[in-house]
Amino acid sequence: MTDEPIIRVRGLVTRFGTTVVHDGLDLDVKRGEIIGVVGGSGTGKSVLLRSIVGLLKPAEGQIEVFGKSVRDTDADHYRALRRRWGVMFQDGALFSSLTVRQNVEAPMREQLDLDDDLRALLAGIKVRMVGLPDRALENYPSELSGGMRKRAGFARAIALDPEIVFLDEPTAGLDPIGAAAFDKLIKQLQISLGLTVFLVTHDLDSLHAICDRIAVLADKKVLAVGTMQEMMDLDHPWVHEYFHGPRARAATPVADRKETD
Amino acid sequence: MSATTTKAQPDPSGPVRFDSDGGRLCVQGRLTIDAFQTLDLDAARDQATQAEVIDIAGLSHMDTAGAWFLLDLAQRTSAGAASGITGASDAQTQLIAAVGDNLPPEDAGETPPARLVDHLEKLGRRVALAGSNALEMVSFLGQVIATLGRVIRHPRQLRLTSVVHHCQEVGVQAVPIVALMAFLIGVVLAFQGSAQLRQFGAEVFVVDLIAISILRELGILLTAIIVAGRSGSAFTAAIGSMKMREEIDAMRTLGLDPVAILIVPRVLALIFMLPALGLIANVSGLIGGAIMSWIELGVSPAVFQSRLVSNTDVWHFNVGMIKAPFFALIIGIIGCYQGMKVGGDAESLGRLTSASVVMAIFMVIVADALFSIFFAIVGV
Repeated sequence: MTDEPIIRVRGLVTRFGTTVVHDGLDLDVKRGEIIGVVGGSGTGKSVLLRSIVGLLKPAEGQIEVFGKSVRDTDADHYRALRRRWGVMFQDGALFSSLTVRQNVEAPMREQLDLDDDLRALLAGIKVRMVGLPDRALENYPSELSGGMRKRAGFARAIALDPEIVFLDEPTAGLDPIGAAAFDKLIKQLQISLGLTVFLVTHDLDSLHAICDRIAVLADKKVLAVGTMQEMMDLDHPWVHEYFHGPRARAATPVADRKETD
Repeated sequence: MSATTTKAQPDPSGPVRFDSDGGRLCVQGRLTIDAFQTLDLDAARDQATQAEVIDIAGLSHMDTAGAWFLLDLAQRTSAGAASGITGASDAQTQLIAAVGDNLPPEDAGETPPARLVDHLEKLGRRVALAGSNALEMVSFLGQVIATLGRVIRHPRQLRLTSVVHHCQEVGVQAVPIVALMAFLIGVVLAFQGSAQLRQFGAEVFVVDLIAISILRELGILLTAIIVAGRSGSAFTAAIGSMKMREEIDAMRTLGLDPVAILIVPRVLALIFMLPALGLIANVSGLIGGAIMSWIELGVSPAVFQSRLVSNTDVWHFNVGMIKAPFFALIIGIIGCYQGMKVGGDAESLGRLTSASVVMAIFMVIVADALFSIFFAIVGV
């Protein structure tokens, strides 16, 4: 684990029309960690994710992944860079015309020249790794439950054994048991595949359970980065409300009263 | 037995190599998914069968694909899968274990080839599906008609704004394209007709040719086809995407009837507007025909008009107009029905939209044929 950050964001400015979403945002992600990005609705968590993977061109600022700029890069370079990360969107974003197996095979098919049988076998391993049953392989996304779609989306994100996975609210909309299982899965695969995980989430349980560090987005910047304990101790109204609010683990009777206000 | 790493990889560690060293098979370099593009798997497997253990201490990189292949090789060694791999780091051991737990089941054999019985079964299922679809559509038609009846008895339930809006969408906005299309058809008929009729010196009959074919058949039929392509598809797409986003279900839970709110106004708008569009098409087709007859045959507009009035029975016009509301009903019902059938995925929206257009046009032509027979029997 080198000290050089695997993702380095400096002075990021993102605007939509006259709305400024990020204004001079800085963030470092270390190799091999699970970083949780939290923030209120509309603080640009997903926008940050999309900027880092190059789906959005920020107005200003530098984004480096693996020490290379994502923004000022030619197509070949970007392609090579892109191979080294995987993205899972909120609802899996599976291709609805393809089966789960074909979805997981899609990145392999696009990037590599592999034998059909081998590709199917590797896709099968990935699908099993994310805990989907074998029969799901030949199912279409519309035939799967929300939780299974997320798992399949995760399987597609790790199809090429990327070094970084970006997960956009992986546990949103899952029942607590399913969400806990998904957390466990992320942690387990992070260890066995040596992943760096960039996790956008609202799930306090996820943050507690698997995140090494937490970055809080507020006031158009990264307000603070640190461990869960550091966040709990931080003295900022929003952060305090978030980590000590009625839904947080440390819910107190005082907080309960606040909810009914 | 060597593999190349892609140029993009910044890591200088070499391609994977398999070296037999007595009872050990030493694996070195990068054993990642890229390597499998050029790796000779069988050669490595042959080497493994002669080895006792696989030593991966020299392996610089290994991913899931690599771990799988090492397990595959280890199975062939005399030491077996469990203890066939030595020299793995902690991380590598973990990955190999994780892959080992997720290997495909042994019995995952080939699916047997399809037999005749399977094909027959598939055919049977399709026929049954087509039958149930037809039945469903008839029941949908009944539902729409029942709702229409209710709306007529209680006019306050009619969504007048919605009807007017759809009249604008399917009617007024279609006027330019329909008028242009009919005008050109009139021109073509006059041009082609005059070339043929001139051979017999019967040029003046081109008026009858144009009048009868446009008023009776082409005007309304082509209008219906354009409307099916324009509005039928729009109905399916609009209702389908509402279905996809659960808006229809939301309506039902609020006690609103989607048939009354979404479908009846659309169908009514079509029933009102298709005859109007047909009339415009008729007029514009006749104008096109008259202009071309004048240019091509010297039949002056005055002669064209008098011949049109004296020789063309008004029933030709009536026949066309009688068909219009039926075509409108067909297009509206099929467009809305297909929209209601859209499922949760984007794929079905596209498929059903195109199915809706094809089916609407086909059914319009079938209905037109049936009307021809009917009018021939009643003698108009």
